[in-house]
Amino acid sequence: MLSIENLRVSIGDKEIIKGLSLDIPTGEVHALMGPNGAGKSTLSYTLSGRSGYEVTEGSATLNGEDLLALDPSERAARGVFLSFQYPLEIPGVPSLTFIRAALNAQRKARGEGEVSAPVFLKLAREAASKLKIDFDMLKRPLNVGFSGGEKKRMEILQMAILQPRFLILDETDSGLDIDALKIVSEGVNAMRAPDRAMLVITHYQRLLDYIKPDRVHVLAGGRIVASGGPELALELEERGYDQYAKAAA
Amino acid sequence: MSLVKAIQTRDASALPGRRDEAWRYSDLKGVLRAIPEASPAAAAPQSPPPLAQVVADNEIVVVNGRSVVLRFVAVPGAPRTLRLRVVAEADHTAHSGLLALELPAGSDLTLIETYEGAGSGYVSDFGLAISMGEGARLERIVLLDEPADAVSVSQSEVELSPGARFRQTVIASGARLQRHETHVRHPGGGAEARLDGLYLLAGKRHADLTTVLTHAAPDGVTSQLTKGLVKDQARGVFQGRITVEEGADRTDARMGHHALLLNDGAEVDAKPELEIYADDVSCAHGNTVGSLDEEALFYIRSRGLPEAEARALLMEAFVGEVVDRIEHGTAQDAVRAWVAERLRGLS
Repeated sequence: MLSIENLRVSIGDKEIIKGLSLDIPTGEVHALMGPNGAGKSTLSYTLSGRSGYEVTEGSATLNGEDLLALDPSERAARGVFLSFQYPLEIPGVPSLTFIRAALNAQRKARGEGEVSAPVFLKLAREAASKLKIDFDMLKRPLNVGFSGGEKKRMEILQMAILQPRFLILDETDSGLDIDALKIVSEGVNAMRAPDRAMLVITHYQRLLDYIKPDRVHVLAGGRIVASGGPELALELEERGYDQYAKAAA
Repeated sequence: MSLVKAIQTRDASALPGRRDEAWRYSDLKGVLRAIPEASPAAAAPQSPPPLAQVVADNEIVVVNGRSVVLRFVAVPGAPRTLRLRVVAEADHTAHSGLLALELPAGSDLTLIETYEGAGSGYVSDFGLAISMGEGARLERIVLLDEPADAVSVSQSEVELSPGARFRQTVIASGARLQRHETHVRHPGGGAEARLDGLYLLAGKRHADLTTVLTHAAPDGVTSQLTKGLVKDQARGVFQGRITVEEGADRTDARMGHHALLLNDGAEVDAKPELEIYADDVSCAHGNTVGSLDEEALFYIRSRGLPEAEARALLMEAFVGEVVDRIEHGTAQDAVRAWVAERLRGLS
């Protein structure tokens, strides 16, 4: 599914990702953990195509196709979905209008027909009820005035409707109380499928109690410094990131 | 100093220019070195007007400053819709026109006013005097849809009476120099004024929305919202002045002007003024000029919308607030469609 090789990324003159390699096979969920400033968000933005992140070396491919050559909307059409750490507010655009426009733009890019309004509304109603989102909230401008937890639920809702192939969850647990964390995690777990892969970025182990990863990687100083099974996350929780400070330096 | 005087006397020295405070940002004198010949008489256009979706029961067509069609069908007791088309069928000539509208007490009118140019390089001045009786209601939609090389100034004087409701939305797409002025005499006494505007500019177009409103007596309400999108080397001007005279207590006046510059080189000049000489008033104004939110753009693109569509979505949402305030349903839909079409040229 996703293959990153020796990736180097700079913002301005500052190199943030310094030779990162990572393979996430189809059907697997990988967790990426690391201290603040390790480059976790830089990686998620680089994979989704945000401007200002300059790839100076290496590659990132999705099912063999060069991701880095595509613009953000083309990546989305091929199945890349980034769940933002801080989802943006879009004043004046009702959530339903926005999601339907996104879905139909992706379908158009893939040469598929548009989803009609009634079919879309049915999809949205089902997804909202699973995530315990009041349907009327979807008529309001996207994320405007929503709480942190509501915004994260809206991200998962978009995911459920857009049905991406490769999901990046950037600090999805931040700002969530325990009830919201459970609802969001259930939403994410429902997306697990043999034809889909996920990269779960988190600072804390807590989220991984709910979303069980197949593999855990530690990112420090712009490189993967350790990889292992789910037990690695527990070990990190106990011993902290300090042990990797040296490896990262 | 006025364009109409300069046209009537063919004397360019009568033009206002940047040395005149009210014309600082719209330098007519600098744009027009000489006044061209008078426009010939012409027939009413065969083409449908902009915002044709709105069905009007009355119609006035003014071509090159002369009224050529006057159709009035009274519908007793019912709200009426008047279409006023101010058309230029002129090629590098000049003309001016004048019209007065009287709304009797208790009447209810929707005015669809369009400025259309079939020719090119013309110079046009049009004046409209509107007087509203007690409790009269008027919603005025003004669409300035003219060629890029035209010079066009339209001025209106609006006289309200107590209890009247005047609502105005001006949508400007600019010209070589395009200016729409509204002067409102607000008598208070529960009268309400809404003075909205929208300018959508590209190329080298220039649009100037100027409003001058005076609260002369207590208990008046004014709400003003103007928004602008400016691209390329275009230039938008907003001048809004609200004066609350001494004794005009309990006046409630709000003014907002917000513009987005879509690239370097685009320009917006804003001069919001609130002059308050009464003690017990509630007044506020806000003025911002910025650019499209890059983070929001990336967010939208990351969900699958190509860049041009993402920009259009943000721009539509930005100007939507003004369109939403239009109360006449069909007119609102027609303006929304016209704006969406125009935004395609800006995204």
